[in-house]
Amino acid sequence: MKTLRMTLNGNAVELEVNEARYLSEVLRGELGLKGTKIGCNEAECGICTVLVNGTPVSSCVFPAFKAHGAVVETIENLSADGNLHPLQQAFLEQGAVQCGICTPGMIMTAKALIDDKGASLTEDDIRTALKDTYCRCTGYRSIVRAILQAARGEMSDDSSPASTSSPVGKPLPNPNARAKIDGSARFTDDYDFPGMLYARTRRAGVPHARIVSIDTAAARELPGVHAVLTHEDVPGHNRHGLVIDDWPVLCDDKVRYAGDAIAVVAADSEEIAAAAIDLINVQYEELPVVGDALQASEPDAPLVHDGRSEGNLLKHIKVAKGDIEAGFADADVVVDRTYRTQSAEHLFLEPECSIGIPAGYDPGEFGGEVDASAVRGETARHDKTSIYVGSQIPYQDRDQAAAALGVEPDAVRVVATLTGGGFGGKEDITGQIHVALLAEETGRPVKMLYSRQESLLVHPKRHPTVIRMRIGARKDGTLTAVQATLYGDGGAYASLSEKVLTRATTHAAGPYETPNVKIDCFAMYTNNAPSGAFRGFGVTQSCFAVESTMDIVAEELGIDAIELRHKNALDVGRRTSTGQELRESAGLRECIDKVAEEMREQGFRWSWESGDSRFAWGIAVAYKNTGLGGGAADKASAEIEVWRGGENRAEVRISSAEMGQNLPGVLAACAAEELGIPVEKVHVLLGDTDFCPDGGATTASRQSFVSGNAVRLAAEKAAANDEEHVLVRYDYEAPQTRPLGEGGDMHFAFSFGAQAALVEVDMTTGEVHVHKVIAAHDIGRALNPLTLRGQVEGGIVMALGYTLTEHYIQEDGKPWTSLMARYKMPSIEHAPEIESHVVEHAVAAGPFGAKGAGELPSIATSAAITNAIYRATGVRVLSLPVDQDELLRACKAGADTVELGWGNLEPLPDISLGGQI
Amino acid sequence: MSVMARSSSSRWENYYTPATAAEAVEILQRYDGEARVVGGGTDLLVETRRGLHKPVSAMVDVTHIEGLGEISIEDDCIVIGCGVTHSQIVRDARIIEQGSCLAESCGVIGGPQVRNVGTLAGNVAHALPAGDGTIGLLALGGEVEVTGVDGSRWMPLEDSFKGPGKSFIDRYREVLTRLRFRPTGAGEGSAHHRVMRPQGLCLPIISMGVRVALDQANVINEARISMGPVGPVPHLAEPAMEVLVGGPATETQYAKATEVALQNVELRASKYRATREYRELMVRTFLPAILQRAVERAQRGTS
Repeated sequence: MKTLRMTLNGNAVELEVNEARYLSEVLRGELGLKGTKIGCNEAECGICTVLVNGTPVSSCVFPAFKAHGAVVETIENLSADGNLHPLQQAFLEQGAVQCGICTPGMIMTAKALIDDKGASLTEDDIRTALKDTYCRCTGYRSIVRAILQAARGEMSDDSSPASTSSPVGKPLPNPNARAKIDGSARFTDDYDFPGMLYARTRRAGVPHARIVSIDTAAARELPGVHAVLTHEDVPGHNRHGLVIDDWPVLCDDKVRYAGDAIAVVAADSEEIAAAAIDLINVQYEELPVVGDALQASEPDAPLVHDGRSEGNLLKHIKVAKGDIEAGFADADVVVDRTYRTQSAEHLFLEPECSIGIPAGYDPGEFGGEVDASAVRGETARHDKTSIYVGSQIPYQDRDQAAAALGVEPDAVRVVATLTGGGFGGKEDITGQIHVALLAEETGRPVKMLYSRQESLLVHPKRHPTVIRMRIGARKDGTLTAVQATLYGDGGAYASLSEKVLTRATTHAAGPYETPNVKIDCFAMYTNNAPSGAFRGFGVTQSCFAVESTMDIVAEELGIDAIELRHKNALDVGRRTSTGQELRESAGLRECIDKVAEEMREQGFRWSWESGDSRFAWGIAVAYKNTGLGGGAADKASAEIEVWRGGENRAEVRISSAEMGQNLPGVLAACAAEELGIPVEKVHVLLGDTDFCPDGGATTASRQSFVSGNAVRLAAEKAAANDEEHVLVRYDYEAPQTRPLGEGGDMHFAFSFGAQAALVEVDMTTGEVHVHKVIAAHDIGRALNPLTLRGQVEGGIVMALGYTLTEHYIQEDGKPWTSLMARYKMPSIEHAPEIESHVVEHAVAAGPFGAKGAGELPSIATSAAITNAIYRATGVRVLSLPVDQDELLRACKAGADTVELGWGNLEPLPDISLGGQI
Repeated sequence: MSVMARSSSSRWENYYTPATAAEAVEILQRYDGEARVVGGGTDLLVETRRGLHKPVSAMVDVTHIEGLGEISIEDDCIVIGCGVTHSQIVRDARIIEQGSCLAESCGVIGGPQVRNVGTLAGNVAHALPAGDGTIGLLALGGEVEVTGVDGSRWMPLEDSFKGPGKSFIDRYREVLTRLRFRPTGAGEGSAHHRVMRPQGLCLPIISMGVRVALDQANVINEARISMGPVGPVPHLAEPAMEVLVGGPATETQYAKATEVALQNVELRASKYRATREYRELMVRTFLPAILQRAVERAQRGTS
């Protein structure tokens, strides 16, 4: 310990500090300034940025004593007087805040820039200064707008009226944004409870092995360790899973991927817990590894799950329509290609964190009390086992934890904290069950925060796929047949593979009417990290394949790529490949027209050369279901409480996850609209299973529609009752759907979109830059144009990363991508100009006509970019992500395709259409 | 305890910020191999967190040493103290003019937060085969000053490289106190270029620096070419330099020198970073380009 002196946020501070601490730890720990967030502890993500002597530094690798004698400024200083700094105000007005975890670091980095450059700063200055301050939600465009606005001292455009009645369709900021901007918003790791212990998990480290023995004696004896749990200590069901319960809470017989949990430890500090997990001695008998989906499907492949008659086949998903052979016989042109897509990581910037509180917890016992401002009801009681977590499905967290604890579901309470990004990656269980078990075992609160590296290792990824796609068309461009075979790597556990790959399959023929369709998809177990939900939910992968192939069909037929798509586009009266007739709300053709019109306005050319670069446009279209579909009951229950008279306010309660997409704003608008009160008078309480009815999973672009309807209808009922105090609950069930294979409506709504990308390929390096994306999306109705734009821009940039920069690499079940430094998501330097158009073909059953918007913007982008690369270079990219090395060599060699993509070392074997397992 | 670090088991107990080099050396001596020097720490501390270095009892932070946080002119050299960050170098008007390739190479390191903290001395001491700042300084003919118990000595930068990530400067006993180079003057110029990929590793595919001096007749009479990664240590392409010296500053000569440079190194494929062929293409494209840029600067006479 040594005395650290600094000037912190204008005040001289002096404190005794462990000399091994980093500045981030001292700020968040000793000084309690939780506004500074930690994303990676690698100096990669930049969200921990604070200013030291006016200069942005990554506080996570900045030793505290480096700041000795320095002037340090954190987010808490910017609005210390209660007024937002102009930069904060601009972030609020421009919707530059979504999940909010990066916001403090982003604002501090930007503040230093504005202090340095003032009003003269340019967009280039912003790109340079913010290069290493990452945001996973916004796509950066709103951040650029906000910084320019603040630097120029501009007032906002008209967009946020002070009091808003009739808020639906108005560009209002997310109600949570203010707290995220001033640093007061709390994510799970920002909570502390008296007596709290810290937990770590012992990971398998090997991808496939039989467990011979687990010896925890040495770990138990380490001073400061309170509990060490293995599978023997799980009182209830030692499995979890959202579809199939095949995922061990703590491994018993086998480990099936390197991130498997063997044991968990709770200790007085993270250091002790970390030391303890290293003292656990696990003996393995290593087994042969199943490294990918094609290997998994070989007849002699080792079994990931013993004793399954289907072997490694998790599910064979089929779509069949018409007569596929007749369809190809009828075609003048048949194009047949095989594509490969990579595993991808969500890289939400808040790593997973859970806190478990034991039933009957009394903070007084530990000489403290719980901060009353934290979460409602928190001081009143922890009479149940409680779990604080920022996840996507509070009720399923609750039910799965209860099953493992061996108690009834309502003996567990899940309190949903703010979620620092999810994108599908926080649907499965991570630490929720472990902290509940440890809390009950120790009788104390237990926090488990994953390191970035552990997060990379453990949570489910996007499915890597191999897709063979064959399309037949007549000379006039009419599609006659689409056949595809997909292999999806589901990884070690089922997670949502069946659902994700069903979506990949049903959407594989694209948003077109085709009389003859045959799609076979094989979801396979392997020893890789499980694959699960990720924005786009399988459609991202099959869209890349079908939209690349459509471009080739257009070229072979000599038909304009836009015209070919327009001709075959789904529309009202046409049928999807699962046989669903669209009766309303199918605005794809308008989206295509809108994008084409915009492209043509600009002295349109498909491609041109300039200096060492070639420029070209590419186009792709997409559709995406709203809601679960496939016959699943899609329900949400909402409660609304209204206080009239002088108060004239309401509270909406529903258990659903806000990840930054602005669910609270949308729900508040739905309620306010029906109640006829200003939107600021509606408070939305999300995700406390003791206070909020179940809104269902935040997945499948379903919340605005399903929970939006539940709230709207609850509010409608409340509006009809003119008593002073009204409490209404509404249980909404979305329109009935039909299972795949039965025909009829598989989904109650689809959103449609078209995107065009302007790409530059540097012919000296092979580097690809996306300069501009023009997008048009039919999402039924824009409930909030400001936050919808955030979804569109964020989705497009996320997809750009999937196309150009991201690959979660696993080698025989061992992740090479073990660090954030080995996984590059797009930075502000990658973010293109985005022109977003909204097409509103209302869906009658949607709230005010709305359908889903969360996933659609991230689907068509990949093919739009690779189609542009083809027009620029003549080289067709069949594998993601695009590799500049391979692309350049192909260009130099005059080759017409690239087949590996970055991170793949081996070419694909041939796969047969129809496939067989 | 509250929100504390991930395992700090690989951390140190004491963190020193000595005000003089002598004090730093004294602490190192006292710890007898159990303390090591840290500059900005942007590489070292990340690697330490990953457990890649043997744990030490103490860190000796040399960025607070008085006088060594500055860029100065001494004996006709530009002298860079060990506390000088990449950002300071990138903004320094003298270096932009008279050590262009160093400003350029330090400007492509990491991102702003790393450049604001990371030091050129740390980059040099890290001795990676393609540390950009090191490649830039090597082209300029830089020297390093090492301070130990026996005092200080200057040595050519290239003499400090022992192997990949290994320097002859003993980071447990010595401090790399200063760096210096002779600024480019009339008829001289320098340039740097690096090729990276947007995926995966934050390591260069190829990083190259050049320094040239021209006479009145446009003949190159001095040339230095640095490259990495083309071997275990940053490489000085001497045969290629010899090709250039005495010849005209022409594209033909640049191409000839490039071929000689390629013949004298063994470019390798590195997994997930670059194929050998791609590296070769990048050298063929960018070595002539930076030679041309350095010559143009020399001809402008300003740098």
